[in-house]
Amino acid sequence: MKVLVAVKRVVDYNVKVRVKADNSGVDLANVKMSMNPFCEIAVEEAVRLKEKGVATEIVVVSIGPTTAQEQLRTALALGADRAILVESAEELTSLAVAKLLKAVVDKEQPQLVILGKQAIDSDNNQTGQMLAALSGYGQGTFASKVEVSGDSVAVTREIDGGAQTVSLKLPAIVTTDLRLNEPRYATLPNIMKAKKKPLEVLTPDALGVSTASTNKTLKVEAPAARSAGIKVKSVAELVEKLKNEAKVI
Amino acid sequence: MTILVIAEHDNKVLAPATLNTVAAAAKIGGDIHVLVAGQGAGPVAEAAAKIAGVSKVLNADNAAYAHQLPENVAPLVAELGKNYSHILAAATSNGKNILPRVAAALDVDQISEIISVESADTFKRPIYAGNAIATVQSTAAIKVITVRATGFDPVAAEGGSAAFEAVGAAHDAGTSSFVSEELAKSDRPELTAAKIVVSGGRGMQNGDNFKHLYALADKLGAAVGASRAAVDAGFVPNDMQVGQTGKIVAPQLYIAVGISGAIQHLAGMKDSKVIVAINKDEEAPIFQVADYGLVADLFEAVPELEKLV
Repeated sequence: MKVLVAVKRVVDYNVKVRVKADNSGVDLANVKMSMNPFCEIAVEEAVRLKEKGVATEIVVVSIGPTTAQEQLRTALALGADRAILVESAEELTSLAVAKLLKAVVDKEQPQLVILGKQAIDSDNNQTGQMLAALSGYGQGTFASKVEVSGDSVAVTREIDGGAQTVSLKLPAIVTTDLRLNEPRYATLPNIMKAKKKPLEVLTPDALGVSTASTNKTLKVEAPAARSAGIKVKSVAELVEKLKNEAKVI
Repeated sequence: MTILVIAEHDNKVLAPATLNTVAAAAKIGGDIHVLVAGQGAGPVAEAAAKIAGVSKVLNADNAAYAHQLPENVAPLVAELGKNYSHILAAATSNGKNILPRVAAALDVDQISEIISVESADTFKRPIYAGNAIATVQSTAAIKVITVRATGFDPVAAEGGSAAFEAVGAAHDAGTSSFVSEELAKSDRPELTAAKIVVSGGRGMQNGDNFKHLYALADKLGAAVGASRAAVDAGFVPNDMQVGQTGKIVAPQLYIAVGISGAIQHLAGMKDSKVIVAINKDEEAPIFQVADYGLVADLFEAVPELEKLV
């Protein structure tokens, strides 16, 4: 079966971002960008499904600026067969991305679509669910285990009190949680080979999708800073401070 | 304006996060209705009717909603939601699972995990693991929003007397089915609602050593959390994880033991009132947010702390 994986180019998770002085957003100039960590897990899961003989073809898709080709090449080096970039310079909402992905799903007809559960920049946790709604497919969000058998997929999901397993009819949408797998590293020969794999570039217009949004970001501020704390010398002093100064125990 | 709040429940008990969500709805202003979608969830509907400020409880009782599968619940919420100005749910795993599906069905953008209400159409929410706070305005006819419970003080669970309305609509998409559930059992308070949280990280070295934290937590009436490192190492189950991708807590007192303080962890606890860090590495980033820091070996400090409190 064909598996479609969505990946997003985001600021590297190790970077401590700074808010711009004019409060228009965060400063991403000259900041290291990477594949969103949850998307890496999604690619890894697709590659493992292929290694198990369940998946026959892996298509990766990214929606974003021209530079997102770097992340698509990374996914190709990890084992994806071909890539699609829907090029859009503007920042898109989750709904716009879901609509574009729906257009790609209609075109490619995958049996399984794997996304990350959330992107670490916008922290929205929406796109997978929205894509599932638009396509009418079942959704297995926050997956920690995915097992395909016949025309259905069993997804174990991380929920607040523990774990839940649901069975979805294929085609279906799965979003990955951290514990689904440990992503592999791309090897140098595979990075070289990935340069020769096909990468198709599309535009929202070509897909006939409007990316108009009902949300507008008015401003972005730094969070309130915590006032500096103190170091205590002993446990006894700590308990004394908690009881008499902070009055929390 | 009328606001629809989706009740968080397990068919037996109304989850406390619902009270925080109603508090956010009250800040927006207008009539507040609560939807209880489930199977045999009568006690939940009764509890919802008693919430202060709620004027109507919609009870959709159907086998299709028993496990709140989003494929079935989302069409119900989207259908009912057409009569409302706002649809709110708590940003729990359940709310996050269902609500974006509702938003897409209504063709509107969603606003996730709001921490404050500026006006009926403008909200604040953290982005970049809480390193920036965005103010977002929605021009959508129906505003679909998830609410971060720790951002709002809960409304009173008693004092209201809402009217009941049974909802007959049954949506069964037939694309998904519930197989099984495995819930972690714990006698301690729930992590997201606890007044005191004691958390352990990689420094605990193994799962057995968490017994020191459990002993301390029991004495304080605290919940026990963990960093991702402790969960990934298999010390404790993953529903104990505090952080950007785990649970968000804001207790009165947060005690971080053997946790270095990566930004992903800080995103889940830095709104705690008082933060205490116990770590033997005095350079650990956790000390930059801690109100009280103790540079010490946790295996000596934690048992001593347990004795003194």
